[in-house]
Amino acid sequence: MTTGMESPIGITGAKGDARPRKRRRIRLLSRTDKIVLSVMVGIPTLIQLVLIWIPTVLSIGLSFVRWNGLDLSDIKAAGVSNYSYVFKDYPPFWPAVQHNVLWLVFLAVIATPLGLLLAVLLDQNIRGSKIYQSIFFIPVMLSLALIGIIWQLFYQKDNGLLNFLLGTAGTPQAVDWFGDSDVNIWAALIAATWRHAGYVMILYLAGLKGVDASLKEAASLDGANAYQTFFRIVFPAMRPINIVIVVITIIESLRAFDIVYVINRGTNGLELISALVIQNLVGEGQVIGVGSALAVILLVISLVPIVFYLSRAFGKEKV
Amino acid sequence: MSSAVASRTRPSAQDVQKPRRHKKRHYGTHIFLIVMAVMWLIPLLWSLFTALRPKADTDKYGYFSLGGAFNFDNFVQAWTQGGFPKYFMNSLIITVPTIILVLLFSSMMAFAVSRVTWKFNITLLIMFTAGNLLPPQVLAAPLFSMFKHFNLPYAISDSGNLLNTYFSVILVNTAFQTGFCTFVLSNYMKALSADLTEAALVDGAGIWRQYWNIILPLCRPAIAALATLELIFIYNDFFWPLLFIQSGDRLPVTTAINNLQGTFLSDYNLLAAGATITVIPTLIVYLLLQRHFVAGLTLGSSKG
Repeated sequence: MTTGMESPIGITGAKGDARPRKRRRIRLLSRTDKIVLSVMVGIPTLIQLVLIWIPTVLSIGLSFVRWNGLDLSDIKAAGVSNYSYVFKDYPPFWPAVQHNVLWLVFLAVIATPLGLLLAVLLDQNIRGSKIYQSIFFIPVMLSLALIGIIWQLFYQKDNGLLNFLLGTAGTPQAVDWFGDSDVNIWAALIAATWRHAGYVMILYLAGLKGVDASLKEAASLDGANAYQTFFRIVFPAMRPINIVIVVITIIESLRAFDIVYVINRGTNGLELISALVIQNLVGEGQVIGVGSALAVILLVISLVPIVFYLSRAFGKEKV
Repeated sequence: MSSAVASRTRPSAQDVQKPRRHKKRHYGTHIFLIVMAVMWLIPLLWSLFTALRPKADTDKYGYFSLGGAFNFDNFVQAWTQGGFPKYFMNSLIITVPTIILVLLFSSMMAFAVSRVTWKFNITLLIMFTAGNLLPPQVLAAPLFSMFKHFNLPYAISDSGNLLNTYFSVILVNTAFQTGFCTFVLSNYMKALSADLTEAALVDGAGIWRQYWNIILPLCRPAIAALATLELIFIYNDFFWPLLFIQSGDRLPVTTAINNLQGTFLSDYNLLAAGATITVIPTLIVYLLLQRHFVAGLTLGSSKG
């Protein structure tokens, strides 16, 4: 999903596998096997710890200090002052929160339902379905950074296609879609939708294929129309995928970064929490403490969908 | 389990049952889909259209016109002036080792958590899955500082530490993507029959042979799908090189295009050509490996 990298979540349809399975207990293993197994587990786990979980903890630690990022001995304790600065005195913070919320709402209300609609339409055996799928699918493979540039060409004030189509190109009424802080968040959201809808479409196409055809058949024999069949039967039957889509949509909106960074580094109407983190970490006035406080805020919000997803995905196996 | 997605086509129940309504409904559907498809293609076609026209002609006739010549001059110029050979090489240097490491580590880990029962296997799997879902910006400051203070001999890194090296990007991408692939592969391996390795155990095969000679070959479809998916993910990665690599000539393509906006200034024809060049590798993967990519995205979604 975003930030350069997809937020790729696997779909756990296979979870509810009730088939009892004989898995070997570790004590049956020989000494060599145990060593081999420790290495197989040890290396990936060490990488995860050192490069993901220890930095996460350090991020929390850094949010309580004052540091310019240069020398480790310059680190000074700062209590919660970074947080109070972010909440009270840091002008772009609340606009960024609003934009992240807007991002989520837009993806949830426009992009995701659009992807579902496309999937439903294309799942009926219509002519050219494969071609349509391929077209809607193209943006999913493009990086969000590239999408930012492609849409820049489309949105540009004087030479962009959109203003030509609106007939305003070259006139004073021409809108600089990515530059004008009143509209650029919407323009960026449309570019993000271009990609997100295709992604959702692909996942739902898979989901729809997985719904038992006899369910639909039974519903239509009972006199249900297409809408009733879909909303009462098919959609609820895709529950595992629905959960994944919900999580993807939330995480996408928290990870949104590349597009706004390519447009203007996340300033002037395009503030997002993720972009503010980076603005505080790079450049001359490195304020690691403030950047880390923003990172921790992002982390805490992200944990909500992550814990929700994990409890769904792993709930049956443990606890 | 997975690749059934793209290939299966069966008539739905309604199509068979209501042949009369069938035609009418699809008529409107087609109009809607055509409109959407055109809207979907416009930004791409506009880039291509702009890229194919010399700047002199667009200045003369305007960008929204058909006048003037159409040729590949912008592509040639963007390719050399923008430094694309270098950037593509950088992308290759970062992408290939990362994919190999990710698939190696994640398949080992997936094997260990799904084919052998031990105390913390689910806990570790949860940790791996969760790590992949974090926004990367959360880790930016500590990782940057850690890499800065991780000293390397100057023979390996001219910065004297991990910053400004390909290693930094490879390492972090490996860590991030291993979580996702472990999750997918462990689900895939769980679905394989336990008898497979049981028989091997009777024959006295050790853990490594069970993993390498029995389970891994059976996971080939999943590995192919994940390799394709990771190829796109890592090629498309914008953030980590942005954070770790300071020398412009070491950036991979995706991050470097951000600088092209400065290099090409307001020459939108060149910028469009540069953007189009960047799409080409993706397009090749799209044409050759789309099935695997889709299978990767939807892996594990259906039980069949």
